[in-house]
Amino acid sequence: MKVKEAQREVSRFGALYIVEARFRNMFKWRSAIITAAILNPVLYLLSVGVGIGSLVNAKQGAGGVDGVQYLTFLAPALLASAAIQGAIDEVTFPTLQGFKWAKNFFAMNSTPITGNQIALGVYIAALGRTFVTVVIYWLILLIAGALPTGTAWLAMFVAMLAGGAFGSIMLYLTSKVEKEDFFLTAIGRLIIMPLFLFSGTFYPLSSMPLILQPIGWISPLWHATELGRYLTYGHSISGLMIGVHFIFLTSLLALGLKLAFRNFTKRLSK
Amino acid sequence: MTSLISARSLTKTYGDFVAVDQINFEVRKGESFGLLGPNGAGKSTIMRMIGATLQRSSGELAVLGKDPEKFGPQIRAHLGVVPQQDNLDSELTVRENLYIYGRYFGLSKKFLTPKIQELLEFAQLEEKRDVKVEALSGGMKRRLTIARALVSEPEILMLDEPTTGLDPQARHILWDRLFRLKELGVTLLLTTHFMDEAEQLCQRLIVMDKGKIMAEDSPAELIRKYVTKEVLELRFGSDKNSQYVDQLRQKCDRIEQLPDRILLYTNDGETLLTEIVGSGLHPITSLVRRSSLEDVFLRLTGRSLIE
Repeated sequence: MKVKEAQREVSRFGALYIVEARFRNMFKWRSAIITAAILNPVLYLLSVGVGIGSLVNAKQGAGGVDGVQYLTFLAPALLASAAIQGAIDEVTFPTLQGFKWAKNFFAMNSTPITGNQIALGVYIAALGRTFVTVVIYWLILLIAGALPTGTAWLAMFVAMLAGGAFGSIMLYLTSKVEKEDFFLTAIGRLIIMPLFLFSGTFYPLSSMPLILQPIGWISPLWHATELGRYLTYGHSISGLMIGVHFIFLTSLLALGLKLAFRNFTKRLSK
Repeated sequence: MTSLISARSLTKTYGDFVAVDQINFEVRKGESFGLLGPNGAGKSTIMRMIGATLQRSSGELAVLGKDPEKFGPQIRAHLGVVPQQDNLDSELTVRENLYIYGRYFGLSKKFLTPKIQELLEFAQLEEKRDVKVEALSGGMKRRLTIARALVSEPEILMLDEPTTGLDPQARHILWDRLFRLKELGVTLLLTTHFMDEAEQLCQRLIVMDKGKIMAEDSPAELIRKYVTKEVLELRFGSDKNSQYVDQLRQKCDRIEQLPDRILLYTNDGETLLTEIVGSGLHPITSLVRRSSLEDVFLRLTGRSLIE
């Protein structure tokens, strides 16, 4: 009877047991995680926000960029990119470890836990850690005076949505890695870095040549940044575009998860 | 007795390669059943199909009366799996590994706390309870993996090559633990390519080669059926061995020539040796031993278990 009840629990909450195990793992790294979560925004704000910002502000005069101080303009983009980076870190390493290095996904799968539950558990745990990063980042931005409006707190959820969209796609892609992990370096240099640079992060996307703008359109970072700017300083944006950004991010998130579920199950039963 | 596992014409193919070729067997409640065969015989493939993590290509398979293809999680809830390669969570401690694994079965903390204590004692890892897994020796990791597989009180404990890669001492400690489980009536299903492991632990076994079953019985019966009681091993030096084979052939029931030695099958090794020496042959070394499953395998396939 006990086993039967336990089994029903697993079919319902299996993913949460994976989350629990992942949190235990992350807990071992708590000081590194917290330190990075604090240092990352502080360094960015000092070097780019204050350093480059003083040049930009001097040049642009009272109008600033998009009508605000450079730091205010930059803040939502930094917040979203921190969420994306956090989500990527926490889906790629556990997935490579689970399938390749320690093969502990196969251990999980020899219990009643299914491939879908493993994928979902790793994903939820990654977003949990990302949320900690985002909250810390947001607070530091608030202290730095980069979040002038009352709706600015909603930018945290937009950043989470960007992390979630990127994270689900990366969860899927990492689950396909069979050979070596040069894959991670390649993704970092060829996809994440260009998207970071060309998503209207440091200047409005519209100030780039039209031919380069599509990079921004397909980038979750740009969509999240546009929504974030609307929320943190009232960046002007149409209702239609709010919908487009939101639907783009949620669709990407759903697509990534669907593909990840399928590939986790397939790879575990190969 | 009821059968916990039953396979009928069970087959697994990968493209043109037939890993498991239409095999039939049953495992009954409370018995310890072995799959003996060299690497690549299809043992692990069978284990994964039984463990409901690999789909069969054809044939029938029932584990605990259910089809693993349709009831994977339900079946896995009652299995304890010890894979060939340890897949512990190396960054967590010994205790944490047992705990999270128990959680994967949906077991409560209240159930797990005393259970973990019991398993730590069983695996002789009490002193290592708060040590990270990465700091354990190979034998300890193996014992932890077995303890982990027992956390859910499984109906069948499945061990894939449980002692491969361990030194003799660690192997004996592990055998002792497994023997204890056998005495407690746990149903064991294990694969091995060590004949002494199979002889010590298995009540019944199937001898496999290239995806097929070559023979099935208890170790003692297999030896009785397929080989003589004793074996006389002679070495004349690697290039001279073949010279003497024909001469020796008439003297015994059966003869096998290996690259480094000649095996003569007989029911009385000492007498045969005296006779051979009396006839003027002088081997460099000679050894009389009891026949083993290794000899059974050699007889059935013409090859050694470990190559």
